[in-house]
Amino acid sequence: MKAAVVVFPGTNCEHDVVRVITSLGAEAELVFHKQDSLAGFDGVVLPGGFAHGDYLRSGAIARFSPVMAAVGAAARKGLPVIGICNGFQILCEAGLLPGALIPNRDLRFICKPVDLIVRSTNSVLTRALTVGDILRVPLNSYEGNYFAAPEALDELEDRDRVILAYVDADGKVSTASSPNGSARGIAGVTNEVGNVAGLMPHPERASAEVLGSTDGLGLLRSFVASMEHANV
Amino acid sequence: MRFRVEVRRADGVSDPEARTVLGALKDLGFDEVRGIGFGRSIEVDMVDVDDAEARVREMCDRLLANPVIEDFTITRLDQ
Repeated sequence: MKAAVVVFPGTNCEHDVVRVITSLGAEAELVFHKQDSLAGFDGVVLPGGFAHGDYLRSGAIARFSPVMAAVGAAARKGLPVIGICNGFQILCEAGLLPGALIPNRDLRFICKPVDLIVRSTNSVLTRALTVGDILRVPLNSYEGNYFAAPEALDELEDRDRVILAYVDADGKVSTASSPNGSARGIAGVTNEVGNVAGLMPHPERASAEVLGSTDGLGLLRSFVASMEHANV
Repeated sequence: MRFRVEVRRADGVSDPEARTVLGALKDLGFDEVRGIGFGRSIEVDMVDVDDAEARVREMCDRLLANPVIEDFTITRLDQ
């Protein structure tokens, strides 16, 4: 079982992702964005960072990197594909996930742990979790404010495609109570069949006690488990 | 052939900066202002081709603007 962890110019945390996936019993290998084949891989991670400097829009240029055609093909084949932070932005720009990430409501870069509630387990990021689980995972982004048209948001909610939402100390989920202004508190979504998923917070940064939380492990364990299932 | 592409936040997409500046304009007494919008201006310099404007439109559709959150207009600058 081997995951491709894609590296764009400006990617970060890719080594952290490799380390966590490896610790969960799978293999993971860095793949440069100029590579146009993902043959031999069972899943794909687009990590965080600032691919191509986030010029124009976050993910706008990265989505045209040679590797993205192979990522699209892997997604269509049903392999698990996840995007973390900048990776989520890239998947949205590529049209593999709906919506877009716009600047945070308060126009400030947010770097802090946030609480997420698991809304759906029908995705490669949440299948090993339980609806209602609360996870503390760091958010580290300026353009993390999830936007989609109201009809698109309704469809996401109706079809169980909102996988993670920001939850405040009172257990409330809403646009207003989300740290960055995300529509309806959305922190992560999945595609129609659940094999492509993205989230703004960084699960790999919540993967050891020394980091203050191990709550990100369940998300990446879900991804690893999905690679096993996709291969069956 | 030169074109100016103006990319703007689409209606319904929040723009805190524009909202704040609008508030400041109202504070200054410009009560007649209904709204303001910030955008990005991109100048595109093209070699002479027959379908230049269509090509610029294609650039907008594919890369320069994101239809989920942005609108764009194209203006020819040198005719």
